[in-house]
Amino acid sequence: MSALVEIREVSKAFGGVQAVTRVSLDVTKGEIVSVIGPNGAGKTTVLNMVSGFYHPDTGRIALEGRDVTDLAPSRIAELGVARTFQNIALFRGMTVLDNLMLGRHVHMKSGVLSSFLYWGLAQKEEVRHRRRVEDIIDFLKIQDLRTRPTGSLAYGLQKRVELGRALALDPKVLLLDEPMGGMNQEEKEDMARFILDVNEEWGTTIILIEHDMGVVMDISDRVAVLDMGQKIAEGTPDEVRANPAVIKAYLGEPKASAKEARRG
Amino acid sequence: MTEILYGVFVGPFRDMAGSPAFLVEVLLGGVATGLMYSLVALGFVLIFKASGVFNFAQGVMVLFAALTLVGLMERGVPVAVALVMTMAVMVGLAFLIERVVLRPLVNQEAIILFMATIGLNFFLEGFGEMVWGANVKKLDVGIPDRSFIVAGVQINQLEMSAAATAAVLVAILAVFFQRTRIGRALRAVADDHEAALSIGIPLKTIWLIVWSVAGLVAIVAGIMWGAKSGVQFSLSLVALKALPVLILGGFTSVPGAIVGGLIVGVGEKLGEVYWGPLVGGAIENWFAYVIALVFLLFRPQGLFGERIIERV
Repeated sequence: MSALVEIREVSKAFGGVQAVTRVSLDVTKGEIVSVIGPNGAGKTTVLNMVSGFYHPDTGRIALEGRDVTDLAPSRIAELGVARTFQNIALFRGMTVLDNLMLGRHVHMKSGVLSSFLYWGLAQKEEVRHRRRVEDIIDFLKIQDLRTRPTGSLAYGLQKRVELGRALALDPKVLLLDEPMGGMNQEEKEDMARFILDVNEEWGTTIILIEHDMGVVMDISDRVAVLDMGQKIAEGTPDEVRANPAVIKAYLGEPKASAKEARRG
Repeated sequence: MTEILYGVFVGPFRDMAGSPAFLVEVLLGGVATGLMYSLVALGFVLIFKASGVFNFAQGVMVLFAALTLVGLMERGVPVAVALVMTMAVMVGLAFLIERVVLRPLVNQEAIILFMATIGLNFFLEGFGEMVWGANVKKLDVGIPDRSFIVAGVQINQLEMSAAATAAVLVAILAVFFQRTRIGRALRAVADDHEAALSIGIPLKTIWLIVWSVAGLVAIVAGIMWGAKSGVQFSLSLVALKALPVLILGGFTSVPGAIVGGLIVGVGEKLGEVYWGPLVGGAIENWFAYVIALVFLLFRPQGLFGERIIERV
């Protein structure tokens, strides 16, 4: 029971397509674990199951020893699992500040009735949470974007704001689905730094999916490799890099190389 | 020819200038009617914003709320108690709708949810008639339907109370949406379902809240219309007038619903009184739809609606 997140033999099929087959993964508190694999390997499906957006057909998922397999995504978020999305899911019509304040939603107490008494308690609460949000804004260096609608921001900045909103939950576990997808080199380096800083400063456990191998190998404590919905390897970046099954999944069988294909 | 031009472009304005007090009366009448359209439109907007469902049954909800209130009062329940009971009924209805209609259809296409609300429409209409009967009922909320004169302008007390109530309700809703935690969560859900879920906003609770609020708005609208023209099944036809209001104001905008309602209300009253005689009257019945058509041609997102650009 030492693992913060336990993924036990989870499987998920969509119609006739087996997206994930009996995948297990333990993530210890404070770790950065990357999930890699070719397109369609089932990485996002695993992430969606951990965050409750999908429920596994079989297998179970536990958070701090507590079974969360069938909980709704909003419940799992309340329990301290925050996430970002591959295609960015920001509230595009709302400002950066509103987006981040919404990230505090689970920590706010005021309900429908007390909301109407806004000028009293709810406002004090609002100020308290605003302070935390300002910390995050400083941390991500997006001070000048506060009042901009997120839909109008550049792609890389949108990714950063989305990370900020997830951080506003003060999560125990942060799930990042391709946090550097579509970014240029400079933006990637910034994002990698933010991820490492979050991990160091707040001790947040991070599970991320990423295609940029350089980044993955640099920042991860451990790497899990999925292929065709199955876990084919797991270990430190060096172990994974040297694993023949991983090389095969990424580069194909040696004999099917382009050179030989041309000859044949 | 000149006669027609005169009748359209000069005559009405001369009439307006000739009797400003009467013009004010017409305008006030228009505002009063317009605010009531706004109320019905508001119910639509609330639900559409939060769940993307175009609730065809909003008009019937207005009728159902009024019927329940009158029905209870006819059975000797005091007004205040009947009002609270009606509120409870509408919240209960919202709960049932979320459970029975919305939840099983989650992630379905908008058109399917829309059709479900058509079903809901027929169900509520039939159920209301079964429980409370189909006869026209008089709703007496204790505000006399009489007029008094201020500075030469005749003012109807009932209409003005209705307008004031609508204005207050609208203001409360605006503050609720813009300034409170739940309001912000509602806007978030309207913006992006997945993102809302990922930060711990439960969709089910939000839906329950919007349908409840829409139900409460329906009560107010039902009382207003019912007090004015009696509670009868044609009340649900008011919803048809809300449609052009929505097209004018934009489907996603609370201020849009209000301004749209006022434009339609004032516009059709002015049209009826000053231009009506030219075509033999009854402009009031189609004026709103003509405006809506014009808007659909030139500004389909409405005055305040968000322009939806789909990326391909």
